[in-house]
Amino acid sequence: MIRARALEKRFGQRRALRPLDLALERGGFLVVTGANGSGKTTLLRLVAGLAAPTRGTLSVDADRGSLGYLGHEPLLYRDLTALENLDLYGRLYRVPERRERIGMLLERYGLWDVRADRVASYSRGMTQRLALCRALLHEPELLVLDEPFTALDADGAALLDRQLAELAGSATVLVTTHEPLRVEPLATARLALA
Amino acid sequence: MTTYLADVAALARKDLRLELRARDTLPAMLLFVLSTLVVFHFALPTGADEVAAHGLLWVALVFTALLGLARAWAPERDGGALEGLVLAPSDRSAIWLGKSAAVFVFLGLIELVALPAFALFFSPLQREALLGVFLANVGICAVGTLLAAMAAVSRTRELILPLLFLPLAIPLVVGGVGSSVSTDPGRYLLFLGLYDAVFAILCWASFEYVVSE
Repeated sequence: MIRARALEKRFGQRRALRPLDLALERGGFLVVTGANGSGKTTLLRLVAGLAAPTRGTLSVDADRGSLGYLGHEPLLYRDLTALENLDLYGRLYRVPERRERIGMLLERYGLWDVRADRVASYSRGMTQRLALCRALLHEPELLVLDEPFTALDADGAALLDRQLAELAGSATVLVTTHEPLRVEPLATARLALA
Repeated sequence: MTTYLADVAALARKDLRLELRARDTLPAMLLFVLSTLVVFHFALPTGADEVAAHGLLWVALVFTALLGLARAWAPERDGGALEGLVLAPSDRSAIWLGKSAAVFVFLGLIELVALPAFALFFSPLQREALLGVFLANVGICAVGTLLAAMAAVSRTRELILPLLFLPLAIPLVVGGVGSSVSTDPGRYLLFLGLYDAVFAILCWASFEYVVSE
């Protein structure tokens, strides 16, 4: 599903991602690790199509509608409520039975009771839960998660563990993390960036 | 086509909702245009002709629009929501069209107050001048929204937007003033219509490249 050859990204003179080769089959689960600044986020942004490679080739066998992306930013409107944010994305992604799907996700991630509150009033952890709901809303075939456990409490992290376990095998997952042991049992491939 | 328009409507509705809730653009635009008109009222010497007053009206409208445009993409900058929209499978030009439609509504609402205020301080606008304002609004929103998106991703956005927008707004001012004071306003209205058509198509087609690397 993802093929990269000599993929490299530079911002001016600064190299953000050293040349790398990568192959991930459909249904694979790739765990990317590496120190700060090693290029984990850059790699995920390249795969998501948010950045273009400086050199090398990258092919991703998924269109925008089948890609779910969780980055460092929540990609949410702070002055909209959780319901309004998910409703907007649900419309743009043409999610069938949108309301039911949104309700199910908010319930699952413990945000149903605060669904009518503005995102600006959420804690960092709640915002991360909502960002996960946004990324999962359209049941993507390719899920790209950049340090998804950031800011989650123990309950939230356990929820995400269960979600990833459910997705493993059916969706292709690319995840960067500083806690590789957490997702190790699910991993079909590993990439350590230097 | 129906889904495209549904996307545009959803995106424009989102902007109107955000403004109704946060109220940080419209009040500022309103206060700015009214205070500008008051300043011009006292700055123009008694007996100054109508042509000068119409020129000043267009100065006030263009700078008020600039104020609104500078805030247009602020909600998208805040939580990285622009990337969320860019990743969505909808046509990316719908993002531009939705935002332009919202800015158009904001500008129209401001003018609902500003034009009667201008009539009170100076002289009422004729029908052709009102049509000129409408057509200029289309051009301001089409071009301004695209340039504001370009500026939004820059660190020096406060500097870049006026530098890009004002030169491109000159034809709109020429057309707007011409439609207000000329003895043949039809020529200027046609000019504004052509400007709108050409730039709307250019902006619609180029937005994709503005938001992708």
